[in-house]
Amino acid sequence: MLYDAGLAALDLLVQGDATLRDIALLSLRVSASATLFAALIGLPLGAWVALSTTRLRTSFAVLLNTSMGLPPVVVGLGVYLLLSRSGPLGALGWLFTPTGMIFAQTLLITPIVAALARQTIEDAHVGLAEWFTSLGLTRWQRVKALLFEARFSLAVALLAGFGRAIAEVGAVMMVGGNIAGHTRVMTTTIALETSKGDLPLALALGVLLVALVLLVNGVAQILKAWMERRHA
Amino acid sequence: MRDQSMLLSLTAVSVSVASTRLLADIDLVVQSGERVVILGANGAGKSTLLKVCNGLIAPSKGDLIAPPVRQQALIFQRPALLRRTVIENVKFVLAARGVLEPLRTSQAQQAIDACGLGAMASRPAFALSGGEQQRLALARVWACRPSLLLADEPTANLAPAAMRDVENLLLAVEALGTTLVLTTHNIAQAKRLARRIVFLDGGKVVEDRPAAEFFASPNSAAARTYLAGESL
Repeated sequence: MLYDAGLAALDLLVQGDATLRDIALLSLRVSASATLFAALIGLPLGAWVALSTTRLRTSFAVLLNTSMGLPPVVVGLGVYLLLSRSGPLGALGWLFTPTGMIFAQTLLITPIVAALARQTIEDAHVGLAEWFTSLGLTRWQRVKALLFEARFSLAVALLAGFGRAIAEVGAVMMVGGNIAGHTRVMTTTIALETSKGDLPLALALGVLLVALVLLVNGVAQILKAWMERRHA
Repeated sequence: MRDQSMLLSLTAVSVSVASTRLLADIDLVVQSGERVVILGANGAGKSTLLKVCNGLIAPSKGDLIAPPVRQQALIFQRPALLRRTVIENVKFVLAARGVLEPLRTSQAQQAIDACGLGAMASRPAFALSGGEQQRLALARVWACRPSLLLADEPTANLAPAAMRDVENLLLAVEALGTTLVLTTHNIAQAKRLARRIVFLDGGKVVEDRPAAEFFASPNSAAARTYLAGESL
């Protein structure tokens, strides 16, 4: 049975099945957008905590580290309540839309990006802190310099966030509703088709999901190695 | 009234960490155009004294008058470098000083040319040898032309040829109008470079005299022992 399902999956992939392609593209769009927003929020946030001199710095760090383990279904539930018609953000009309799914995934992976960025930037700052002080750099100048200095390691933080987002099923299922042709992504389709017994599509999507994550990581690794050879 | 040529003044400066006194009642005045070598054994307080002058360490007691941070430069035994190319390292410092493009690039290029790194402009800074890295640190100083250069054992761990290169560059930077204060535990180097010696022992200034007098007839037992140790 597994052999037959595998052959059928291969057939779908080779034929470039339109449904499969649309689902994969939506998955990529949602997760890539969430990673972009998580980068815009999480990188400066992580840098800010890393350079913070307040007494609450350790508390912020613990909070970020703890937030990395947020269960997707809890995030999904929270976002569902926020975006539902009677919720505080209900007027936006984002529930059961790709925008709502991006919102949920952004909330889910921003702590991952921020926590990894905090540690990375803290480590990079150790060897440069005295020099930066002697140059009279402002906090913002330090943040910019350190984000650039740690760019190769931060790329890994973003990949970790992207990996978590594209593999996530709970939050997108709750917020997106898994509507065919509208909010159905790879993970939710795999869950649905497996429960229906349509293993070829589930298996094809599983293979595609792993291949996509592998491709994104591979390209990122090649780019990182090239940049490191050139600049570092 | 403050002497117009006075660049740096420490009056009864002490630095203590927990119950350990790192510097004790330091009185030191450096005039513009002087070349001062702070000599002493490891742990004598040389680096701490430079960091106090640069504002990296606040005195526990006493008064400090120093040029603004932006008119000072501090170079370390191990240069703090960025994961960027040679020219980008110099441009970073100029950008921090508010120098705009295209002046930033031309000034950076002039500085690395002057420091013998012109052919390495697009090389990653971390690919340079130890001596070249220190020359890059001096190129950053050259580009900014500070009124005071504080150099903390800038040639420690360098091969003799690289040490001479760095010493020559220090003198070239001085020729631009920068007052030079450097620390060393290398007596031969102190003899080559110093016009005035400040000898530290146990966090105290034991002697502060013209270099020729100091080396001809050290007054203190600590200095005599230190100089005798060199000939062993």
